[in-house]
Amino acid sequence: MSKKPSLLEKCYVGLIFFLLYAPILILIVCSFNASKSRVVWGGFTFDWYIALFQNEEVLSAIRTSLMLTFSAALIATLLGTFACIGMSVFKKNSRQTMMTITNIPMLNADIVTGIAIMLLFVRFWNLGFMSMLVAHVTLGVPYVILNVMPKLNQTSRITYEAAMDLGASPVYAFWKVVLPDIMPGIFSGFLLAFTISLDDFVITYFTKGAGMNTISTMIYQQARRGINPEMYALSTILFLLILVVLWIVNRSTASRPQEQSN
Amino acid sequence: MNKRKLLAGPYMVWAAGFIILPLLIVLYYGLTNADGGFSFANFIAITDPMHLKALGESLLIAFGSTVISLVVAYPLAYILSKMQGGKSGIIIMMFILPMWINFMLRVLALQMILSNNGLLNALLGFLHLPLQHIMYSKTAILIGMTYDYLPFMILPIYNAMCKIDRDLLDAAADLGAGRLQSFRRIIIPLSLPGVISGIIMVFIPSISEFAIADILGGSKILLIGNVIEQEFSLSSNWNLGSGLSIVLMIFIFISMAIMNRTETDEEGTSV
Repeated sequence: MSKKPSLLEKCYVGLIFFLLYAPILILIVCSFNASKSRVVWGGFTFDWYIALFQNEEVLSAIRTSLMLTFSAALIATLLGTFACIGMSVFKKNSRQTMMTITNIPMLNADIVTGIAIMLLFVRFWNLGFMSMLVAHVTLGVPYVILNVMPKLNQTSRITYEAAMDLGASPVYAFWKVVLPDIMPGIFSGFLLAFTISLDDFVITYFTKGAGMNTISTMIYQQARRGINPEMYALSTILFLLILVVLWIVNRSTASRPQEQSN
Repeated sequence: MNKRKLLAGPYMVWAAGFIILPLLIVLYYGLTNADGGFSFANFIAITDPMHLKALGESLLIAFGSTVISLVVAYPLAYILSKMQGGKSGIIIMMFILPMWINFMLRVLALQMILSNNGLLNALLGFLHLPLQHIMYSKTAILIGMTYDYLPFMILPIYNAMCKIDRDLLDAAADLGAGRLQSFRRIIIPLSLPGVISGIIMVFIPSISEFAIADILGGSKILLIGNVIEQEFSLSSNWNLGSGLSIVLMIFIFISMAIMNRTETDEEGTSV
């Protein structure tokens, strides 16, 4: 593995790279195409972007998506972090059981998770923003726990106990000693819960109320109807947004190398 | 210390209410008929020729996309793991990035390229090659799934390969192993855990997929995911839909158990 990649190997990497990005690039190019056709270039235009921001259906889907994703990631992070702190003092058997249950939403097929939560809500409440929120939190918590738990296991008990010997209350000692240690885990857990919620289609599709849409379910509806350049414009914006977010995350982790773990 | 346990309380209530209870409700619907009486009919319904065909197609396409992803991703992860220095981080990032791009958006991009008057056929026409009618076929679904899930195969294999201790390869070379031999005896066995989690991460979502089949396959090809979805959205036969969901779940857990077994077996022999 110490050898540098050969030319042939570089070509292979380049080819896969091209195949991965070509569709997205074409999508971006088409979002500026004045012609509605995908193969004829009708000149450069911002029309689809303007139309996009005047489309109430699109705007409402973006609002729903953002509200849903932010609140779901926040609740999942709080729930998951507290769960980790609590579970870390559980007996081994009960901790194992909880971890197995936690793994279910991650390993099970999304369609089954979606249907299960839908049936629960249809039977006892009704579908709407709440059912989507519950589904997204349920989907996100395992990822938070998976990121926080290892960090919590790595923190040394000694410094925590030393703080208490020196007169700190358990809460204060936790706040000052343990929390800074597990913060990177909480942060990456939040980010994962956020992206998984934003990306989710299947679970949202089943748990959304009538007439409600997130960005994913709206693109799905539009794609089934046929080609719509407004969706290409939306896709371009989303793609650039993700690039910017990842760039910021990358920079913030690079500037704190001692905390870089994920 | 006892007080600290209480912090897990909210999550335990949540898990009971929104992980366990919903699955029990699915089980309840699966085991009853429309009148509420107990019945196994919804499970047995999987043997209905239409359902069996859908399950077969799903397994076939999921298997196909898993194999193609593996064949493409394994050499790629191997090459990427050899790269070092300043730029390697960015290159790896670029291969992981598609994972973060909205799933529906990637399907939309493929729809644009593969459709009959799409870019692929425009290119083929320009080169005077025969046009392909890929859209609304199994091939389109296969391409869609492979494209969507490939990064999930690359990442775990790449991670496993990066963990391989280079001293092992040096030692093998010192002891006279050729490149092929050290690849076969060191890299393949040690990257196997990554391969297995890659297979799980591609196979599980592709076997239950319905949106890709819906958009790229038209309504011509029914996968088991489509059948279940339609029981809920079109025919409102929740009992049948639940029964089939449970069958799908059983399939997933069996395949995961098999994968985990091979993993532990391999670990046993390599020690």
